[in-house]
Amino acid sequence: MKKLILLLLFSVMGTAFAGVEVHKFEQAEQEQQYNRLIAELRCLVCQNQNLADSNAELAQDLRQEVYEMIQNGASDQEIVNFMVARYGDFVLYRPPFKTTTAFLWIGPFIILIAGFVILLVFIRKRKQAGAVELDESEHARARELLNEKNETDSQ
Amino acid sequence: MWRYLAPLGIFIVLVVFLSVGLKLDPREVPSPLINKPAPAFTLPKLHQPEQTVSPADFKGKVWLLNVWASWCVSCRAEHPVLNQMARTSAVPIIGLNYKDGRDVAQQWLQQRGDPYTVSAFDEDGRAGIDWGVYGVPETFVIDKRGNIRYKHTGPVDQKAVTDKIMPLVSELEKEPA
Repeated sequence: MKKLILLLLFSVMGTAFAGVEVHKFEQAEQEQQYNRLIAELRCLVCQNQNLADSNAELAQDLRQEVYEMIQNGASDQEIVNFMVARYGDFVLYRPPFKTTTAFLWIGPFIILIAGFVILLVFIRKRKQAGAVELDESEHARARELLNEKNETDSQ
Repeated sequence: MWRYLAPLGIFIVLVVFLSVGLKLDPREVPSPLINKPAPAFTLPKLHQPEQTVSPADFKGKVWLLNVWASWCVSCRAEHPVLNQMARTSAVPIIGLNYKDGRDVAQQWLQQRGDPYTVSAFDEDGRAGIDWGVYGVPETFVIDKRGNIRYKHTGPVDQKAVTDKIMPLVSELEKEPA
């Protein structure tokens, strides 16, 4: 049984990698550059995948493009500029900080801070509501009630 | 009072955001090429492989570039609209036959009609990449000076033609070359 499962898993693995072409690099840095770039560039056909994960035909073409540019000695910035000039900032998984993307970058922190403020206000209110001043007769009544309860518990 | 108003307020804000989000099409990625010069290419013609076609050939004219392929299913849906446009208007429609086979592409046009003034044959999709093509069909409007002025991603329907493309074309035709 175990062997069968293992066999099944391996067969699935084979198909998962079948579409990814093999690129040969002369230098290890170039291969790192390639892997880094295709992990950070978005595939525009299947928009929630990067170029590395996508098997869409456009992703294959763009991987080829990245590969060829690296072979010609292009820097990361040159390749990123090439992609942005054609597909816009959307192609980047880490869009640059500018006015159109400001809310994207700052928004989560604004919401986080707003959450903290609401939480603090809430806790303060609770504290104030909890601190009720009792006069002497009320204290006596409270003691009485508590003792009563203790007595009934011990019975 | 706040106890009731605050959740209601949050609910309304959520509804507004979500309903706006529903109307947005995530496939509509704004093209950075709008108002930029149309990327150059020199490609063989689909029907006459020995001749080439290039965007520079259409300088001084307002023209459309339609990216299509015989394997593209939604191109079938938009094709009658393009045929209609070719019949009723004088604006040249240039086809960019994207990652296709010459025989199947020619056959496809034979069966469905050919609205294109000329089709460029972009076999490896390089020109498509330069034009930022990511979802065939795509349609570009190019002005007399060779700048891209509008891009429509996905199949063009009659509404897009009458509401957006044709008004823009006649507006651009008034511009000096």
